[in-house]
Amino acid sequence: MVYLVRRTANSVLLLLLTVSFVFVAGRMIGDPALNMLGPGATDVALEKLRRAAGLNDPLWQQYIRYVANLLQGDFGVSYRFGFSVLPSEDLDSLGQPVIDIVLERLPATFLLAAVAMGIAVPSGILMGVVAAAKPRSLADRVVTVVALAGVSVVQFWLGLMLIVFFSVQLGWLPTGGYGGLEHAILPALTLAARPIGRIAQIARSAMLDEMSKPYIVTARAKGAHEWRVVFLHALKNAAVPIITMIGDELSALLTGAILVEKIFAWPGIGLLIIDSLTRSDLPLIQASIAVVAALVVLVNLLVDLSYRIVNPRIKLGTEN
Amino acid sequence: MTATPAVSVDSLRVEFPTKGGSFVAVKDVRFEIMPGEILGVVGESGSGKSVTSAALLQLTKFSAGRVVAGSMRLVRGDGSIVDLRRSDERRMRNVRGNEIGMIFQEPVIALNPAYTIGWQLSEGLRIHKGLSGKEANASALELLQKVRISNPKRRLKQYPHELSGGMCQRVVIAMALACEPRVLIADEPTTSLDVTVQAEILSLIALLRKETGAAVLLITHDMAVVAQMADRVVVMYRGEVVEEGSVRQILHHPRHSYTRALLAAVPKIGEMTGTDGPKRMKIASQSGKEFSPAVASEEPLLEVRELTKRFPVRGGILRRVVANVHAVECVSFGVNRNETLALVGESGSGKSTVGRCILRLEEPDSGELTFEGQNLLTLSRAGMRNQRRHMQIIFQDPYGSLNPQMRLLDQVAEPIRNYRLDKGTAVEDRVASLFDRVGMPRSFLRRYPSELSGGQRQRVAIARSLALNPKFIVADEAVSSLDVSIQAQVLNLMMELQADLGLSYLFISHDMAVVERVSHRVAVMYQGRIVEIGPRASVFGSPGHQYTKTLLAAVPRMDPDVSFADIEVQARALPSPIRSVDHQPSSSRYREILPGHFLLRNDLY
Repeated sequence: MVYLVRRTANSVLLLLLTVSFVFVAGRMIGDPALNMLGPGATDVALEKLRRAAGLNDPLWQQYIRYVANLLQGDFGVSYRFGFSVLPSEDLDSLGQPVIDIVLERLPATFLLAAVAMGIAVPSGILMGVVAAAKPRSLADRVVTVVALAGVSVVQFWLGLMLIVFFSVQLGWLPTGGYGGLEHAILPALTLAARPIGRIAQIARSAMLDEMSKPYIVTARAKGAHEWRVVFLHALKNAAVPIITMIGDELSALLTGAILVEKIFAWPGIGLLIIDSLTRSDLPLIQASIAVVAALVVLVNLLVDLSYRIVNPRIKLGTEN
Repeated sequence: MTATPAVSVDSLRVEFPTKGGSFVAVKDVRFEIMPGEILGVVGESGSGKSVTSAALLQLTKFSAGRVVAGSMRLVRGDGSIVDLRRSDERRMRNVRGNEIGMIFQEPVIALNPAYTIGWQLSEGLRIHKGLSGKEANASALELLQKVRISNPKRRLKQYPHELSGGMCQRVVIAMALACEPRVLIADEPTTSLDVTVQAEILSLIALLRKETGAAVLLITHDMAVVAQMADRVVVMYRGEVVEEGSVRQILHHPRHSYTRALLAAVPKIGEMTGTDGPKRMKIASQSGKEFSPAVASEEPLLEVRELTKRFPVRGGILRRVVANVHAVECVSFGVNRNETLALVGESGSGKSTVGRCILRLEEPDSGELTFEGQNLLTLSRAGMRNQRRHMQIIFQDPYGSLNPQMRLLDQVAEPIRNYRLDKGTAVEDRVASLFDRVGMPRSFLRRYPSELSGGQRQRVAIARSLALNPKFIVADEAVSSLDVSIQAQVLNLMMELQADLGLSYLFISHDMAVVERVSHRVAVMYQGRIVEIGPRASVFGSPGHQYTKTLLAAVPRMDPDVSFADIEVQARALPSPIRSVDHQPSSSRYREILPGHFLLRNDLY
C-alpha cells in the first residue's frame, strides 16, 4: 500500500510535468491565435480569439489558470470543434469541452489495442518459448527470422499490403473505417507485427536464460515431462522481462497508432492528435496528450504490480 | 540385505561433442551399489563424477552429452531390471524422481524461485502417483516432517528465497524422497553450506538411509565427508575410476598414487595438535623449494580497535532508515609482522566486512585502525591511497577478480603503473619476476585469464597483490573455490611468500582445517563479534566459547569410525543481526582464559 501511494504520487507529478511541457511547447511555436486562424485572419478576429482564450495574459498566469482548471477536471474547450464561425468572446458557452472529444475517441483506440495485443501476446510468447525449448532447431531459426521481420517491417507498407490482399483482391475485409470487429482486424494485424517480433525475441532470450538454470535439472530429475518443465517451471520465471516488453509495446500502441489509424481511417486518439495538430487546436492537443500520458503511466503501474504476482521475490517498495 | 545390487554400472563411457572432436568425460566406469549402502564417489573438478550421476538418469542428453558405451541397470525391489541406458524418454521419466531421487549441490538455486515449497514438493507425487492436490499436500507436509524442518506447515506456503540454505537443502532432500525411491543420488549435497549446517544435513542423510533402506550414491570432493559417510568409496580422476574399495581400505591403505596425493593434500583437523606455528602441506609431486613457515614476530603491524560497521535497512514512504544490519560490532584485534591471523566464521558472521573495512573498501562507522602507527581512518583520500600500497587483498573468486579482457601482464602491472613504481620495460621485468615468484611460467604473460585454470588464476591474483611489495594482505576465502590439490599448492605458496617476504596475512576463511594449518593466531567471529581469539594451538586445543566448540564439532573428520549418524550437532539458525535503529549494543568485553587467549563475555545466544 505504501508502494501504491508513493507510486501514485510519482505518477501525478510525471503527468503534471508532461502537461506543463506540452503547455509551454504549444506557446513556443508561434502565436497560437495566428496558427489557428491562418495568415488571412484580420487583426480584429485575432484579438477577439486572444481575449476569449486569455492568450493576452502573462504566460505564468495562463499556466496557473490552466493547471487550476485541470485539477478540477476541466481541460478547456476546443478552439474549433462546436462552432464553425469566428470564435465569439464567449468561448466557454460555445466551445465543446475537449475532454469529451478525447474520451469519445478512446473506445476505438482501446478496441484496436486490445485486438492487436490479443494477437501479439499469445503468438509472440508461443514463438519465443518454442524457439528456446530447442535452440538451433529449425523452429528456432524460423522464429528468429519471423521475429526479426516483424520488428523491422514498415507499418505503412504492411498496412497497404494487407489492404491490397485481403480487401481488394480477396474482398474479405473492409479497407478501412470504424465498425465491428471485421473493421479492426486489418489495422490490428498491422499494429501487431512489431509486438509479435519483440515479444518473441524477449521470450526466447529470457527462456534460454531460465532453461540453463539448475532448477530445470531438478524438475527433470523429478520426472516432469519436458512441456511441463518448459511451460510451468521456466515460463513463470521468464515472465518478468516478457511482461515488461508487453507493457512497453502496449504503451507504444496507445501512443503510436497514429500512422495506422490514418491508413485505415480509424477514428482513434491517434487520428484525433493529427487532426488537432493540423488545426492548431491547442486545448485539444493538450488534452489528448495528457490522456495518452495517463494511459501510459497506468499501463506501467499495472506492469509493475503484475511483477509481484509472477515473481514472489519482488516485493515492491522494499529494499532487501 | 540382499546380494543383488540396486544399481550396477559397467564400462560406462560418456562423450560430449566439441568443435575439435568429442570430449570423453567418463570412460570405463564401473561400480555397484547395494540397497542400504552409501557409495562415495570422490574426485576433483573435471573428474567426471557428476556426469556419471547425470548419465544414470539420462540427464546428460539435455546438455548434449552422449552415453556411447557401457551398461547401467537399476534393479527394482521385485527383481525386475530397468536398462537405464536404452530406456526411452517415457520410461526414464517414470524412473526419474520415482525410482531414483536426486539431491543437488546448491539447494537455493536448485529450487524453482517462482513456486511455493509445497507445490514443488508435491509435484513428483502428482506426476508419478497421480495424487490429487489435497492428498499431495498432506504428503508434502509428512515429507517435511520426515526431514525434520522447523515449522513444516508454514514452510509449505513459503517460497525458496524465504528459507535459509540449510532449510532449502532439507526441502530438496524431501523432494528426492517423495516417491520413496530405491536409489538416492546426492551430488555434492553440502558443498555450498556452512559447516554446522553441513553436519546437520549429512547426519540427516545417514539417518534417512537407515530409515528407508535406499541405496545412496554420494558424490563429493571432500575426503572427510566420504570418510564419515560412505561404506565404500570410488575414486575418480579425469573420467576414470582409479581405485575402489571399502572406506577403511581407501583411507588407510590407498594403492593408487592419485588417491595418496589427494589424501595428502587434505588438511585434517587435529593433525596440528602439539605444534604452534603453521606447517607446509605435504604434496606428493611438490615443485618448488623447501621452506619452513614463518615465525610470527612480536612487533605489531595492524591494530584494530572497536571496529563497527552497520548497514542501514530502509523502508516506509520516505525511505527512512528503519533498522540496521549489525555486520561488525565492536571488533578488536591486532596483527603482528610476519604473522597470520585467521578470521573464521560462517556466512553472515561479518568476517569479510572486517577485511573490507580495514582496507577502507567499506567505510567503518566507528573504531580505530592503526597501521604502522598511523591512524588509517583520519587519512585523506591521497593519504589512504599511499597506505594501500602496503595493504592488498586477494579475493575468493579468481574468475571474477581478473578482468577477462586484459592480458595477465597488464593486470599484474596495473598497480605498478598506478603508483608509478617503474617505467617502460622495467615494469615488464618486474611482472616477470613476480610470475617466477608465484610459480607461473613467463610464457603466460601475454595470455588472457580464460586460458587459465582456477589455481593458475589465483596465482596471478596473488602476483598482482604482491606487485606493490605490500606488508599486509587480506586473503578473503582465497583458497575456498579451489580443488584440494590446488588448494594445497596455493597455501604452500602463501606460506612460502610469508616466510620469504615477511608478509602478514589476515586469513579469512570458513574452513577450520585449513585455518588450523596456516595460522599463528585465530579469531572466531559470530554475529559480527569476535567471540574467541588467541593462539591457534590454544583455540583449537582448548576452545572456550560454545560457538567455537559447535564449529569444531561440526567439521568432518577423516575417520570412518566416527559416523555422522552418531554426531549430535547443536546447530541453530543464525539469529538475524538486524536490529532497530535505537538499539545500542553493549561493547565487547573479554576475559583471558589462557595466555593470549580471550573469550567474549557478552551473551550472544
